[in-house]
Amino acid sequence: MLRAALLFRLFLFALLSTPFAAHAVMEIQVVGGAANRIAVAMLPFQAAPGQPAPGLAQIAGDDLKRSGQFNLIDVTGTQAPADLAQVNPGAWRSKGAEALVVGQVTALPGGRFEVKFRLLDAIKQTQLAGYSYTITAAQWRTTAHQIADIVYEKLTGAPGAFGSRIAYVQKQGKRYELRVADADGQNPRTVVRSGEPLISPMFSPDGASLAYVSFEDKKPVVYVQSLRDGERRKVAAFKGSNSAPAWAPDGRRLAVVLTRDEASQIYLINADGSGLSRLTQGGNLDTEPVFSPDGQTVYFTSDRGGSPQIYRVAASGGEPRRLTFNGSYNVSPTISPDGRYLAYIGREDGRFRVVLLELANGQTRVLTDSARDESPSFAPNGQAVLYATVQGGHGVLGTVSLDGKTHARLSESGVDAREPAWGP
Amino acid sequence: MNKIFWPVLLALTLSACSSTSSTPATVEDHTSGATTSGQAAGGNKPAGGAETTGLGGAGVAGSSLDGSGKYTGDPRKNPASPLSKRSIFFDFDSFAVKEEFRPLLEAHAGYLLSKRDAHVVLQGNTDERGSREYNLALGQKRAEAVRKSLKVLGVPDAQMEAVSFGEEKPRNEADTEEAYAENRRVDVVYTDE
Repeated sequence: MLRAALLFRLFLFALLSTPFAAHAVMEIQVVGGAANRIAVAMLPFQAAPGQPAPGLAQIAGDDLKRSGQFNLIDVTGTQAPADLAQVNPGAWRSKGAEALVVGQVTALPGGRFEVKFRLLDAIKQTQLAGYSYTITAAQWRTTAHQIADIVYEKLTGAPGAFGSRIAYVQKQGKRYELRVADADGQNPRTVVRSGEPLISPMFSPDGASLAYVSFEDKKPVVYVQSLRDGERRKVAAFKGSNSAPAWAPDGRRLAVVLTRDEASQIYLINADGSGLSRLTQGGNLDTEPVFSPDGQTVYFTSDRGGSPQIYRVAASGGEPRRLTFNGSYNVSPTISPDGRYLAYIGREDGRFRVVLLELANGQTRVLTDSARDESPSFAPNGQAVLYATVQGGHGVLGTVSLDGKTHARLSESGVDAREPAWGP
Repeated sequence: MNKIFWPVLLALTLSACSSTSSTPATVEDHTSGATTSGQAAGGNKPAGGAETTGLGGAGVAGSSLDGSGKYTGDPRKNPASPLSKRSIFFDFDSFAVKEEFRPLLEAHAGYLLSKRDAHVVLQGNTDERGSREYNLALGQKRAEAVRKSLKVLGVPDAQMEAVSFGEEKPRNEADTEEAYAENRRVDVVYTDE
């Protein structure tokens, strides 16, 4: 009797915890890792009856693994400690751990949960962080990502980005969908569906809106769409082509590329579509603008020198200055949140790869070893670059760390993913 | 007498043909309710009253039977005329209009100058390699280059528009050099076809 009741509850719970949308989710594979990884023992959290699956330690542990900066100590067979206050980090130090994470989940009335966790320094035997949350089942994954962010920040000094989101375009046959998913590829939601191409999505700085280009009017037009309610408006629909939207850091203006004056030129426009002003001159091919984090500079692609290269110009206008000098094709700039690095696509021997440029000294590093890379986009914590590439004949997404050593692939069988953007 | 007999007979025959297709539809749509499966479905689908869709449009050479009698007259449909060729192809990374396309451009310029109400959209395309936004701009540059060539031949601005699809609408989706070459092109599309 008791067993049947238990099975019934598990079955009911499995139904309730089915993901919201029947969308297929992207698979992630990670390869490589940093030269010096921090050893962490992530113990299983004490579980509460009816809690969602997988467990918080599993989700947070996967996040940390994916960064390539951690070595997760094997904890198979370990029991969750019954009392979080009585934990002996020293026992784990002898197994090579530099840090230890312990936690517990207890069920609360009304289907809520209380989550507690502690991050301990295994060598100094001190607590580095301890938090308690009251959450609903719907907040489960977000909570796991927040735990991973705290562990990441305390141990590396850099902020985590495990709770951030990505946008990308998916093509199946002649159908296009613009999707927003968690940074680990989970919870994909379609925000635009079209029978015509969608390209160039970009999150607004506050993450509440998405700018993108749609060909549904049989020519490219720039839209801005609210992620909360799906309402959208045309921001640039001038004569000719309208494309390459890039938000200014204050979220009030965008840079766009228009061909209303014949050549592809960069203009600035208010987010409500008013106040058009022209930024580049000369009638060359200028495109792919992106603002610096302080809003003072616009980086862009131009063929004014005879081949596509990356330039910078003051956002208030002026004479552009060239930044790339290796090779005959350097395009698609994206700027790190601290403004120190540019990532872009460089073509060499016919191979398109992600390149990192340190702006202070002009040094470059090729980050990828593939051949058909496009659309690089910096992580909101500046630690990795998201991009699109081709594998096995179809479009997949990839991330690479700034040292070029940790690679991840996000892919979904049967569909082409392209045009990714990393947002808050 | 013989000299006018056959042309008159021909004209009478042709006019007899066109009078039987005097309904607004241009081409008989064989998927309309006239087929038995449509009627068997029940409901009120009168055999001749189903809405048909004309097949007139780019790519169907010379089969349109519209009432204005373009069937024999439109030089753009004549496969022997350079006007029937609508694509200008480009080298890799290039937007230069090659000399071999001069006869094609001269032919279309001549047609546009002779028909002042004709309009063309010049659609620029690229192969799929490289940045989508850069390719959108490169396709535009190719379309603009063709527009400027036509302008030099006397075609007024009002009769032309240059647009770009970048790499988004490839004619050939294969991953080969031949496919890439086929996609690096500008198509001359008449707005009335």
